[in-house]
Amino acid sequence: MAVATTDKDGAPEQGSGISISLGSLLLHGGILVAGIAAPLIWPAYTIQLSVLWLMIVFALTWDILGGQMGYNSLGNIFFFGAGMYVSAVVQIGLYHPVGEYTDSAGQGFYAFTEAQYFTGLAAGIAAAAVLSSLFAIIFGRIVFGLRGPYFAIGTLGVAIAAGELIGAWDWVGGGSGISMPPFPGDPDIGKYFFYAQNFLLAISVFIFCKWLYSTRFGLALNAIRDDEEKAEGMGIHTLRYKMVAWSIAAFFLGISGAIFGNMTGFIEPLEVAFPTVTFGIFMVLMVLLGGKGTIWGPIVGAVIFHVIKEVTWTYLLGWQWVALGALIVIIVVYFQEGVVGWLMRKKPEWFGIRVERKDDTPAEAAE
Amino acid sequence: MKHAIIEIEHVTKTFGGVVANRDVSLDVEEGGITGLIGPNGSGKTTLFNSIVGYHPIDSGSIRFQGQEISKFRVQEIARLGLLRTFQQTRIYGAMNCVQNMLISIPHRKAKFLDMFDRQARADTEKGESLLDFVGLYEKRYLMAGDLSFGQQKLLEFAMALMNEPTVLLLDEPTAGINPTLINGLIDRLRRANEEFGITLLVIEHNMRVIMNMAHKIYCLAHGELLASGTAGEIQKNQNVIDAYLGAH
Repeated sequence: MAVATTDKDGAPEQGSGISISLGSLLLHGGILVAGIAAPLIWPAYTIQLSVLWLMIVFALTWDILGGQMGYNSLGNIFFFGAGMYVSAVVQIGLYHPVGEYTDSAGQGFYAFTEAQYFTGLAAGIAAAAVLSSLFAIIFGRIVFGLRGPYFAIGTLGVAIAAGELIGAWDWVGGGSGISMPPFPGDPDIGKYFFYAQNFLLAISVFIFCKWLYSTRFGLALNAIRDDEEKAEGMGIHTLRYKMVAWSIAAFFLGISGAIFGNMTGFIEPLEVAFPTVTFGIFMVLMVLLGGKGTIWGPIVGAVIFHVIKEVTWTYLLGWQWVALGALIVIIVVYFQEGVVGWLMRKKPEWFGIRVERKDDTPAEAAE
Repeated sequence: MKHAIIEIEHVTKTFGGVVANRDVSLDVEEGGITGLIGPNGSGKTTLFNSIVGYHPIDSGSIRFQGQEISKFRVQEIARLGLLRTFQQTRIYGAMNCVQNMLISIPHRKAKFLDMFDRQARADTEKGESLLDFVGLYEKRYLMAGDLSFGQQKLLEFAMALMNEPTVLLLDEPTAGINPTLINGLIDRLRRANEEFGITLLVIEHNMRVIMNMAHKIYCLAHGELLASGTAGEIQKNQNVIDAYLGAH
């Protein structure tokens, strides 16, 4: 963790979140090196490591609304699934009739050349990002009229409805899903290829969020979180900020869905694209575990959560859902502030937060 | 007679069967300090909420600078330069005082890409000088939620000034403030009026404060306008004395 330097006035360093202290350099550099080296050192775990970066993307994008803006969405997984399906339709549709392709249920009558695969993938990812953002703007108009628990349930409804609707839509394969165009070449290279995409996406989301929170946008999100009525009363364009915040989250989630769909090779609506009770809830849990409303909290939460999940799935098979349920109860009841939230309370000076000292002259006396 | 910047005509507002404001008409003079007094439950805050678009009115008209605003939404009215503070002080608790100031800049001309602006040095300096103006400069990096109630009230006032309003509606600015601080606050309200040229409309229970400050005072009772006039006229008005002593 970068230790914020303070000037002689005791003022925390202002402005740019990207400071260049040695500690911060080591931290960011270390993560980059670890990210590149990990799949080479443990090739057998490449898929799990890929999913770890995906989890970090989930947590960081959920925190934009859930942590920074105070709007707890249970439906962010919708953009993940939407991106996955948009990408699939674009990748297939560029070179083959989509309806006939899905009818064949992956029987292999439809080949993709290497060039077709990569151009399709690039177009698919771009379309997923843009259309997911567009969906956020459309649904935002409806759900941002809701506050508190009603917002949470409203967004959950969108995600569940989307899964059901896709399941009933034969043109995109309905409930039996779509076999994605296979990666051309060695599947092992394919694993690294998708690992690199997840890794780059997570790094991009992190840098983007860090920049975003250093602009007026970050302050406006926090103002909406602390008192939305006050923010309206001060003339802040609250709806504009809420819509843009959600479409930013949707943009990155759309990309992550497109990548994940290609990585797994087979997509279907309920378990892969719109898994509200697994990925959809994991997003929230990871942020709560790590500490909401902070840049590092979601990352710490995602790493701890993913490790716990993989370990229980390996060593407590059959009991993994019980272990996960117990973890949820423990976080919600005993540890709401999360790891980074707890650290901020214990060591505020690490984060450049000033607390009142005993010897501070009260403002009244200074009159 | 000076120009009226806010003209309220025959405003009625009911909540279910309760009439909170009945046929209230009043003018707020441009550049002046106008007081609004009345016993608890007389409809002062309801009138404030009607002016700033917090709820629709049943009938009547509210004009700001000649423009009908009774159908406008809260943010639109705020961006016109008509701002209010809250009786139950409202600040952004989990942000420090400087951040509270920075996000309170006027959003009148905010274009879409302004959302992603870095904080301008000029804004920071202005915010800090206003915090100095209200006596909170030493506390500027503390979380606003950790300040005392009185300090939060001063912060809210500084935030309102940061917004460069044309008219500022203050809902009980001295309630909950340390008595030794009240004189300082009166002085600051006057300076905001005289030096920054902000028209003030003030709800106040502290008679000493309002009689000292206001150029014109309106008194509400049971949702209706009871009396209006200068401080001297109001103090002599038998209806006002009866309302406060409970003769009604």
